[in-house]
Amino acid sequence: MATLEDGVSPNQTVVPPGDVIEDARRRDYLKIAAVSVAGVGAGVAVLPLINSMNPSADVLALSTTELDLSAIEPGMAIKASFRKQPLFVRNLTPAEIAEADKVPVSSLRDPQTLEDRTKEGKTNWLITLGVCTHLGCVPLGAGEGENRGPFGGYFCPCHGSAYDTAGRIRQGPAPTNLQVPDYAFTSDTVVVVG
Amino acid sequence: MSFPWARHYEPKNPVMQWVDSRLPLPRFVYNAIGAGYPVPRNLNYFWNFGVLAGLALVVQIVTGIVLAMHFHSSAAGAFESINGTIMRDVNAGWFLRFAHANGASMFLLVIYIHIFRGLYYGSYKAPREMVWLIGVVIFLLVMATAFMGYVLPWGQMSFWGAQVITGFFSAIPVVGEWIRVWLLGGYAPDDAALNRFFSLHYLLPFVIAGAVILHIWALHIPGSGNPTGVEVKGEQDTVPFHPYYTAKDGFGVGIFMILFSTLIFFYPDLLGHPDNYIPANPLSTPAHIVPEWYFWPFYAILRAFTADFIIPAKLWGVVAMFGSIILLFFLPWLDKSPVRSANFRPGYRIAFWILVLDVLVLGYCGGSAATPAVVIVSQICAAYYFAHFLIVVPIISRLERPKPLPNSITEAVLGDHGGSRMTETALRA
Repeated sequence: MATLEDGVSPNQTVVPPGDVIEDARRRDYLKIAAVSVAGVGAGVAVLPLINSMNPSADVLALSTTELDLSAIEPGMAIKASFRKQPLFVRNLTPAEIAEADKVPVSSLRDPQTLEDRTKEGKTNWLITLGVCTHLGCVPLGAGEGENRGPFGGYFCPCHGSAYDTAGRIRQGPAPTNLQVPDYAFTSDTVVVVG
Repeated sequence: MSFPWARHYEPKNPVMQWVDSRLPLPRFVYNAIGAGYPVPRNLNYFWNFGVLAGLALVVQIVTGIVLAMHFHSSAAGAFESINGTIMRDVNAGWFLRFAHANGASMFLLVIYIHIFRGLYYGSYKAPREMVWLIGVVIFLLVMATAFMGYVLPWGQMSFWGAQVITGFFSAIPVVGEWIRVWLLGGYAPDDAALNRFFSLHYLLPFVIAGAVILHIWALHIPGSGNPTGVEVKGEQDTVPFHPYYTAKDGFGVGIFMILFSTLIFFYPDLLGHPDNYIPANPLSTPAHIVPEWYFWPFYAILRAFTADFIIPAKLWGVVAMFGSIILLFFLPWLDKSPVRSANFRPGYRIAFWILVLDVLVLGYCGGSAATPAVVIVSQICAAYYFAHFLIVVPIISRLERPKPLPNSITEAVLGDHGGSRMTETALRA
């Protein structure tokens, strides 16, 4: 990196050789510093470009959904929309709860109990995203008469992932359980998701 | 570079002389695709497909620019602007739309034949490795562009294709979900995703055009290969690109146009999917999501992984799918045989045709519903695909005893068997 400048001829005796090298090193320092600062500047300028591709405020503004559950009978499920993604809300029957509870948690691919996936005292309300964790298809089972698959929960027609009555992955290529979004009950029958 | 006997550009027209002495662009074109580029005299019709791919790119850019003038890139308006406005109201809009949609299929068809030509005749070997590497980059760019273009009509297959393909990225550990949301600009495909796909779909063809220029530049350093795989030895082995191969390519263009026109005018929806005439519905997945035919072999590899092994099955599928193309970058160094053309490599020739069959079967599997039988066949064929490049080709290139090569291109063409024949040993020397 250290180079003698063109302007310094070998015959120049005014500057001692040691100082020439000193001078060249200073110049290198300036070059490296200048290029580094410019490089950091260019790098920083890319940040807003990358950030602009993140979800925008109007997309994020759709991030809460309020639902009235009073019309959902036990054994029924509805499809709602949360962040433009399908949301499954299911009122589990006691039999379905018992079925979910009797599965040994350690045998699951993504070990979770039904209690982990529901709110205390509201175990019958299973609220999950209707997005298969494999490649994002909408599983069947929330609509009336749809195939609920071998485990009685949801069944993804794309690549055959089957979920149980707690929305847990039991069979097929999906790696994790159906995602449970953040939500809270604001009254006995009203839930705010997001 | 060119061979020493290449013709020199000597413009007669004073205007061209004036231009050439100030900006030698006419000279550049003359030396690239004119009479200034000497080409082996024995090229067969498989050498048409480079020019045909270039033609398909031009067709896509021209029809695409005009279609973009009528397209609304919004989730609310995209479907209607294509299936309503462009197909029914815009003058000749239906023609442009079908030409563009089927043009993509023609482009990929031509590219696949071009790639398999390269595999058969050893076009990836020294000194043309760089041509091959840039070609694989172009292939990746074309696939990305085709995928994003398929999303734009915002039908059911568009939407769910976007959902599934961006879902690949969520397979990446830890940051995957964040990357997926960032790519989509939301939690599911919507306006943000559609608009950025449109922006990139308009940009990438020009990036491809740039890469094509590099591809041709890299090709013209050593010059074109030929079906014997024997290098050019003298002027008698070559003919000028123009008029000899412009004429031969012109014939190929005619055949290409017959097939292309047949698709546009008689079977415009043959290669499409009926579900894409249903507007995108984020709350309902089609029963059977399939990509366009040209992605089927890779889709079959993706779906072939069904069991977790150290990393989740989903990640294996994604890694294998991308790996199946990345692998092509290493081919010039996996095949160590000094003989290029499969015509003189009896072992490799068999392996090549098995690979062709393997990819066709993978394609069939990728287009079918994932029944257990289809998955098993996909698994066998996916395994063989990787084995071909990583095991079969390296072993064949060590063990195979090639047939004797002709002394020169001219000898091969004129059938003059006089004199000594070059053996593999002589070639290596």
